[in-house]
Amino acid sequence: MGGAGNRARAGRLMLWDWNYTFEILPELARAALVTIEATLIGFILAATLGLALAILRMAKNPAISIPATVFVEFIRSTPLLIQIFFLFFVFPHFGITLSGFTAGVLALGVHYGAYCSEVYRAGFENIPRSQWEAALALNLGIVDTFRSIIIPQAIPPVIPALGNYLIALFKETPLLSAIAVLELMQTAKILGSESFRYTEPITLVGLFFLVMSLVSAALVRLVETWLGRVGRRV
Amino acid sequence: MAILLAFAAGVVLASYAGFREFLPGLIEGAWVTVQITVLGAMLAVVAALIAALAKMYGPWPLRWLAIAYIEIFRGTSALVQLFWLFFVLPHFGIVLEPLTVAVLGLGLNVGAYGAEVVRGAIQAVPRGQWEASTALNMSRASALSRIILPQALVAMIPPWGNLFVELLKATALVSLITLGDLAFRAQQMNQTTLRTVDIFSIVLVIYLCLALVLSQSMRALERWAARGIARGRVA
Repeated sequence: MGGAGNRARAGRLMLWDWNYTFEILPELARAALVTIEATLIGFILAATLGLALAILRMAKNPAISIPATVFVEFIRSTPLLIQIFFLFFVFPHFGITLSGFTAGVLALGVHYGAYCSEVYRAGFENIPRSQWEAALALNLGIVDTFRSIIIPQAIPPVIPALGNYLIALFKETPLLSAIAVLELMQTAKILGSESFRYTEPITLVGLFFLVMSLVSAALVRLVETWLGRVGRRV
Repeated sequence: MAILLAFAAGVVLASYAGFREFLPGLIEGAWVTVQITVLGAMLAVVAALIAALAKMYGPWPLRWLAIAYIEIFRGTSALVQLFWLFFVLPHFGIVLEPLTVAVLGLGLNVGAYGAEVVRGAIQAVPRGQWEASTALNMSRASALSRIILPQALVAMIPPWGNLFVELLKATALVSLITLGDLAFRAQQMNQTTLRTVDIFSIVLVIYLCLALVLSQSMRALERWAARGIARGRVA
């Protein structure tokens, strides 16, 4: 009891401990690398899966387009945290055991893949019908039509929107702490539980996210003006 | 249509699982989830309106305060915010109940996104409306509250619907600050029974149902509000 009282008093005397801050900085920097790694791999996955889902949803055959649409709606209306748990706890029952990092990154990729597919869809819908008809007239196959006609026109305008989802995905990586991946949040929690000082680790993590997302939001806006069109921040 | 099919797929997924066995406990958790969503949504709307109006029309100290609030809550993760309120605030002598932390954290987080929605909707009201209010000798405050906001509120219902679904999904995070919501119950049951597949399938379906109810009621609200506008135009 006395110990706790002392701690509380010591805490009140020293609201911010700079020595402790510098002590934990290297460890947090290492964790930040894990966070960034998860963000990048997750987003590459999301961008690829999103494109595939968007193309499947455009299929004329309802046996392909309906399941793809249902999948996207299902993923978009359920929480990411539960999806992470599902991959981490449920998949082993089907004989697929994933490490925390793999399960987390996969969940991030699938979740944001569903969101990205909507972005791509908007891009595809902006392509005039005549482009499709011209491709048909030139006797291009479906693969060539997408590769050399549709995708080069549909993707550049939606890059800012994809960038916003990259930032959103980055801000969701702390959820991986729920399955004990040693990214920033989990590291901050462990540091806090070892020293009973949560103020510095959690505030530093918050600052890191704030700076990173403000900088990347500015970058997205830069790309937006560079592409010469006004988009929407997520 | 697609939503209905997603729902059907979910029910099929869940019905082979132990619906009867786990549902009562999970429903209790879902009730906590609903409470946090409703309270958080109310806080979010209030915070968003205040922040947007302060950012657009406030004197400079208020404007900077609003900008700081919006950028900080949009720039950091919801989970980091919850942990900050839960672990760091006690250090400054402010100890909050987990439920308060959940409503405060998620409400303020969604409110920051909502502030931009409110700002967009107010800016989307045609300038002529402001000019007409000036011509009628209305003060800026009464023009805002009686002419501009009523029109902006209708326009902002659909984006708010999306934000509320995001809020509902974000409530799963509160399980990580020891609050007994749906996600927390699921983990608890998983640890005691180890019937992982069943439990998490049912939980996904419950979240899906809640999201559907939410988005459908927002759509109904949208139709109802838009009907008022149409009637006004005819008169």
